[in-house]
Amino acid sequence: MGWPFHRPRPRPSDAAIARELRDHLELEAAELSAAGLSPRDAERQARQRFGNVTVVHEDVRESWGSLWFERLRQDLGFGWRVLWRAPVFTCIAVLCLALGIGANAAVLSWTEGIVHHPFPMVRDQARLVAIAGTAKGASGLDEMSWPDFTDLARGTSAFDAFFVSKITGGTLTGGDRAQRLVGQLVTANYFDAIGVRPTLGRAFLPGEDVGRGAHPVTVISYRLWQDHYGGSRSIIGTTIHFNGIPHTIIGVTPEGFLGTFVGYAMQFWVPASQQAVFDATYKLDDRAARWVEGFARLKPGVSLAAAQAQINGVASTLEAEFPNADRGRGVRIFPIEDNPFDNAKVLKPMLRVAGIVAALILVIVCANIANLLLVRALARRSELLVRRALGASGPRLTRQLVTEGLILALAGTTLGVVLAFLSRNMLGSFFAPRGGATLVFGADFHWRVLATTVAIGLVSTLLFALAPALHAARVDLATAMRAIAPGAIASANRLPMRAALVIVQLCLSVLLLVATGLVVVSLERLLATNPGFAAANITTTGIDLVAAGYDTARAHRFHDELLARSRTLGGVSSVALARSLPFSTRPYDNGPIMVDGYRSAKDEQPTADYNAVTPGYFKTFGVPVLAGREFSTADADTSEPVAIVTRALAARYWPSASPIGRRLRLRERWMHVVGVVGDIKYRSLDEPPGMLFYVPLAQQRTAYVLLFVRTSADNAANGIAPALGGAIHAVDPAVSPYEIITMREQMNRSTAAQRILVTLLIVFSSLALLLAAMGLYGMISYMVSQSARELGLRMALGASPARLLALVMSSGLRLTLAGVVLGVAIALGTTRLLGTLLYDVSPRDPYILAGVVIVMSAAATLACLVPAWRATRLDPMRALRL
Amino acid sequence: MPLPRAAEKVELLQGTLDMLILKTLIFGPTHGRGIANHIRQTTDDLLSVEHGSLYPALHRLEHAGLIAGTWEVRGDVARELKYYRLTAAGRKRLHREQSKWNQLVAAIGRVMQANEGR
Repeated sequence: MGWPFHRPRPRPSDAAIARELRDHLELEAAELSAAGLSPRDAERQARQRFGNVTVVHEDVRESWGSLWFERLRQDLGFGWRVLWRAPVFTCIAVLCLALGIGANAAVLSWTEGIVHHPFPMVRDQARLVAIAGTAKGASGLDEMSWPDFTDLARGTSAFDAFFVSKITGGTLTGGDRAQRLVGQLVTANYFDAIGVRPTLGRAFLPGEDVGRGAHPVTVISYRLWQDHYGGSRSIIGTTIHFNGIPHTIIGVTPEGFLGTFVGYAMQFWVPASQQAVFDATYKLDDRAARWVEGFARLKPGVSLAAAQAQINGVASTLEAEFPNADRGRGVRIFPIEDNPFDNAKVLKPMLRVAGIVAALILVIVCANIANLLLVRALARRSELLVRRALGASGPRLTRQLVTEGLILALAGTTLGVVLAFLSRNMLGSFFAPRGGATLVFGADFHWRVLATTVAIGLVSTLLFALAPALHAARVDLATAMRAIAPGAIASANRLPMRAALVIVQLCLSVLLLVATGLVVVSLERLLATNPGFAAANITTTGIDLVAAGYDTARAHRFHDELLARSRTLGGVSSVALARSLPFSTRPYDNGPIMVDGYRSAKDEQPTADYNAVTPGYFKTFGVPVLAGREFSTADADTSEPVAIVTRALAARYWPSASPIGRRLRLRERWMHVVGVVGDIKYRSLDEPPGMLFYVPLAQQRTAYVLLFVRTSADNAANGIAPALGGAIHAVDPAVSPYEIITMREQMNRSTAAQRILVTLLIVFSSLALLLAAMGLYGMISYMVSQSARELGLRMALGASPARLLALVMSSGLRLTLAGVVLGVAIALGTTRLLGTLLYDVSPRDPYILAGVVIVMSAAATLACLVPAWRATRLDPMRALRL
Repeated sequence: MPLPRAAEKVELLQGTLDMLILKTLIFGPTHGRGIANHIRQTTDDLLSVEHGSLYPALHRLEHAGLIAGTWEVRGDVARELKYYRLTAAGRKRLHREQSKWNQLVAAIGRVMQANEGR
């Protein structure tokens, strides 16, 4: 109201208002008694004329525009009492909301913790980029070499800092036991660059990352310090042995710092100068040895594209300057959420889908609660009518009902966040421990996550409470009284809002069920996919002789003896050693190759993955030898270098001729191709086989190998582990193997993202199905109870129970049909968004769609059948008397 | 959502009641009871102001600065009561409301007379 000259004045106190009204009553009573009434009658009549003093008092107070929080407090108080009186409804609503909001909060906090803010305590992660190498003609990405990386750091100005953190494993010896640890090889500036200060001792000094083995120092994690050294402050300066080499502990990282590799809690950090201690060959001087997982932090305001352009400039300079090592090579930067080297890339698409699923679940929950609220609004119609008649305005009732919704949402949000917090480490449980380290995928309850969750809670309040509230506030006496009249025929058409809500639930449930079906089938087909080798009955373990302090010659003897011993174990049909393990996080070796008779484009540097294997490898893996021969013991380090290529590599470089007898050069060494073998998948099950060749392990000696044992029967595979451990121990008691697992298990582990998604989808789509069925059931039950009179009348007039059953069922199934058709239509248009999470299944797979339609229809039929059956059991006499 | 005001229930009367209150106060300060009595007596009991509307209206006008209330002892009543008086703004508002009202009455009157004259 636009009064001019508005001056705010203080509102009179409640006492003053009360006094003013009391004065009025007394004055009036005095007048009346002056007119001849007895004092008592006068007072009574004055009161009568005045009406409800409390109401007037309230209204007077409102004239001053009451303070919003005071009103809110009143509404909250009232809402709380209303909800308290309906505990069952309140509990169901809060639980459903908690599940819906909790699912969203969980996905948000996982996304925050894994994608947006993956490295606890590391500064400015939004500006961090991961640096990967590219090679012309190769589809994938690889690492950079140390010299290339340091040149890159020197040649660009778009970044604040460059640092390296290469994940590595080491055996900690000391005392009577050895322990596998996971750690990172880093540049000397690492801790400065990420803004983490050691809680004890110091970080690395400039220059400590250069010089082969020159700086045997280490910073250990808070956890390791606590668990292993009891948190003793005198640990600084003491010596521990990594892979048998003494290192001095110079610092301890603060509690909560995990390093810079998504999923792992690092236990130690060593400067890059110690690289050879962990990887057998010294690579810091080798421009062709690509092992560096590099990071850089963009200067504020520098775009990714601008930085990439600058990087490209340096990369082409390097290519021109060092053609032997860098021909055809480029460098690409990625925001850390797309880091190609850690688990981010696996989990990101999964989390995105999980986010959509959580949102859908919340919509279904809201539809369900809106439905419950509508039912309650009908049950509370008399209350609302009375309040309306007493003068509560429509908006005021709406506000009251929305406030009740807010209370539910508040409780649901709080409980939801608690649920999300309880499941914060759930993702980690889908990943088996690797290399002695448990994988951690921690959720991060950043304020952004909490704020978004609260916003989601508020939006869902609007979704579920506003429509029913507006609906209820519209009640006017005439229609309301008519609706109360018993026997008015209720049907879906007369309950448009409820029908719409039920259809929304059915439709979204169909969508979730279709997605579930697709992902389940994908996982099944992924696991059933032929990797190109017979995975069943292979058992494997890793043996790290670097850690045990072996030199090459000793390692050689150890390998031969281990092979001989394992071959004699009961149930073993063949054994082999190899440098690389399929489906491991540790990539196969990769190197630049030259091929006899293949002319590469001027700026192309062909590269290929390779594996070093012993004779018997192909037999153990069941990989067919398509042409030529397998390796034999005759292929020793003194004899002519040989190689065996895969069919894919042969087809790429010798498309028209046989590769047997041709030559292949890896780095500086020419090898004769002696055989062609079948392709295998070794990176992931959903990728096509890569360019791969094999060299004899004897000609490419390495101290870290994997032992593969094929057993004749599956039960032997389960029981072979102790025997294998025994065999290794018998060769050298000082060498302890890594985890002994079956190849099948190793492959299953590569599908963690899919398994998480399958689990989430199964849980949530079941919940959705249940909620949708409940919604339908509630609606049909309500219709039956409202139409009891009509149904009774029909029955009295001779309608058979079957006819009544059909009548009720048909209205329920019409809704189902609408929901299912809509759901299938949406599914047809959107399931392709599952993208890389689908494998070998069409996003519009007709069998899955049909299956979902059947499941949904069955559930809907069941949901309608109960109230329909109840309709046939009505007593017509009682129904008519209603 | 606009916050509802208590007076929305009597929306039709509201402007009129406010005007009547302002008009009554032009004869000097008085209390709520006095205003109600004045309106009733002036209209020969034709209009009786609902107390449920009067006090909220008074406070609304006071809140808006059109009238001012003070607790004082006046005239024949030997006790402190809340007396309302017109402010300058209230006086101005009354003039405007009155001329609007006159126009409205004249306009309606003309319509009604035209109807009768046919």
